[in-house]
Amino acid sequence: MTTEVPSESSTERYQAVQRSEDFQRLRTKLRKFIFPMTVAFFLWYLLYVFLSAYARGFMSTKVVGNINIALIFGLLQFVSTFLIAWYYARYANRELDPIADSIRNKLEEGAE
Amino acid sequence: MQSHLLAAEASTSTSRGLTITLFLVFVAITLGITIWASRQTKTATDFYAGGRQFSGFQNGMAIGGDYMSAASFLGIAGLIALYGYDGFLYSIGFLVAWLVALLLVAEFLRNSGRYTMADVLAFRMRQRPVRSAASLSTVVVSIFYLIAQMVGAGALVSLLLGIKPGQTFLGMDADTAKVATIILVGALMIIYVVVGGMKGTTYVQIVKAFMLMLGALVMTFLVLWHYKFNLSSLLGDAATQSGKGSAFLEPGLRYGVETADAAKTFYSKMDLISLGIALVLGTAGLPHILTRFYTVPTSRIARKSVIWAIGIIGTFYLFTLALGFGAAALVGGKAITAQDKAGNTAAPQLAQALGIDYLGGETGGAVLLAIIAAVAFATILAVVAGLTLASSSSVAHDFYANVIRRGNASERDEVRVARISALVIGAVAIVLSIFAQSLNVAFLVALAFAVAASGNLPAILYSLFWKRFNTSGAMWAIYGGLISAVVLVFFSPVVSGSPTAMFPDSDWHWFPLSNPGILSIPIGFLCGYIGTIISKEDDTEKYAELEVRSLTGYGAH
Repeated sequence: MTTEVPSESSTERYQAVQRSEDFQRLRTKLRKFIFPMTVAFFLWYLLYVFLSAYARGFMSTKVVGNINIALIFGLLQFVSTFLIAWYYARYANRELDPIADSIRNKLEEGAE
Repeated sequence: MQSHLLAAEASTSTSRGLTITLFLVFVAITLGITIWASRQTKTATDFYAGGRQFSGFQNGMAIGGDYMSAASFLGIAGLIALYGYDGFLYSIGFLVAWLVALLLVAEFLRNSGRYTMADVLAFRMRQRPVRSAASLSTVVVSIFYLIAQMVGAGALVSLLLGIKPGQTFLGMDADTAKVATIILVGALMIIYVVVGGMKGTTYVQIVKAFMLMLGALVMTFLVLWHYKFNLSSLLGDAATQSGKGSAFLEPGLRYGVETADAAKTFYSKMDLISLGIALVLGTAGLPHILTRFYTVPTSRIARKSVIWAIGIIGTFYLFTLALGFGAAALVGGKAITAQDKAGNTAAPQLAQALGIDYLGGETGGAVLLAIIAAVAFATILAVVAGLTLASSSSVAHDFYANVIRRGNASERDEVRVARISALVIGAVAIVLSIFAQSLNVAFLVALAFAVAASGNLPAILYSLFWKRFNTSGAMWAIYGGLISAVVLVFFSPVVSGSPTAMFPDSDWHWFPLSNPGILSIPIGFLCGYIGTIISKEDDTEKYAELEVRSLTGYGAH
């Protein structure tokens, strides 16, 4: 246990943890989720704003009754926001939290 | 005709009395909570972070309370009522923005900071320059936002209480009532913050969010009931009654307006995109939102609170969609603009109409109008309290304790200075708002978002995720973003050179857009990058600590 987390000086400890396999795994899993997801929802939102600015004919196409594509597109932004929030919570609970917990526990044991 | 008018007059005065009574009840309850909270507030953590004991749901509600300002409630409902679809488009940016906070900011900030945004920015930097910059940007963003809210409050009161030009109320004409409201709102927000600290302010937000959601839910239900839950017929009626036909249901009446002038059309569309980007990227850089993440025990609960906030805020904007179209359909564009050209009274007018139809005639109308008006006042109060707290925390914790006293101030001293700063910032906001009340300052909210997105967000993201980032980079990002956003707006048509400008009679504008984000946000990110690489400072050891702590929660306060 303590071989993985040397407790000489705190700076060295943090660097050792940062280099550890567990931490690298946590970091990769986190970044692989949050960065592409941020790019995705931002582009999806930009697409919506650009269509609202430049594709008015398309956006005003009526689908059912008075409900047009613009309204559906807007509501889809709500749906995607809710879904991404839910999906991230699930991913973090399952994939990130256990690794973060184990690293933190080791650090706390080492600190005593 | 005569009798109908008399009935309307009578209902206004019933409603007025009831609005004031309900508002006083809200004030009494929140002051009670504030006094209770002050007895629980002993340490600096209690004052700045409410003791870090709030649950995910409580903090989610409080985030909603901080975020759903009168500008969102009355403003967006009014925007939809007058311009249809474009009001809805505006609300979407405010919601999607929460994904930035959820994915990139909330948990890491909670894990590595204590009380303010600058705790994270200064983590591995030289404390004094970075904290000074962050503190300045916090105060600037908060003051812009505060003035917009308080001037809005003043304008609303004469509308909501129905004081018409030439009439008086309690011996005050409309202008005196405006000033009195600004002073009253300012005084109450100072009391909430000075006495109750974060604990008191958080409960005020929760009570307000509950009232706002309940009020909006009841009205939404009545609107949908009226149309037998047929969205299409609601939309159809709204389009007809608005007098704009099917264009009312399509983008383009308010933002990105197409005119014969090709250049104007181009700039108008760029403005729409610029606004959209600033809304989405600004939220996660607003200091009063960031400090909310410190009020919960762990980063995991911070995550939960953002998820709750997304649910609450999203639902609220769906309500405003029904309220806006409902107001267009049931009140009508003409009746709304007759009361207020900006449409801010659309929601209260809809409340009155729904009350008359479904809650027993004139009295019912007066009651529902009074409830919604009181909710609107509560909304303003809660938001300004959150802003005052965030800025006074930054002045005390960042500027006083770490810049002036170089980290040697006692907790007692720090909290004392925070209370004094709240008083001073509150007083300054009151004075500035009174001076600004005759000017059109609605653009200040968008400017606050633009500064937050251009200065604060790049600094936060680089701090958390870029190993090489350093003191020079942080200062370049904050000052670069702040200055570019403010300068561009100063030379834009919202300040001079257009009939709706702050100074309509002068013209010094050369920047064609009202929203600076599309230019100032890239400038902020670029400044952060340039500032970093021109400095040799490169503290990889300290970044190891920040990264380990922000990702695992080890050593979190």
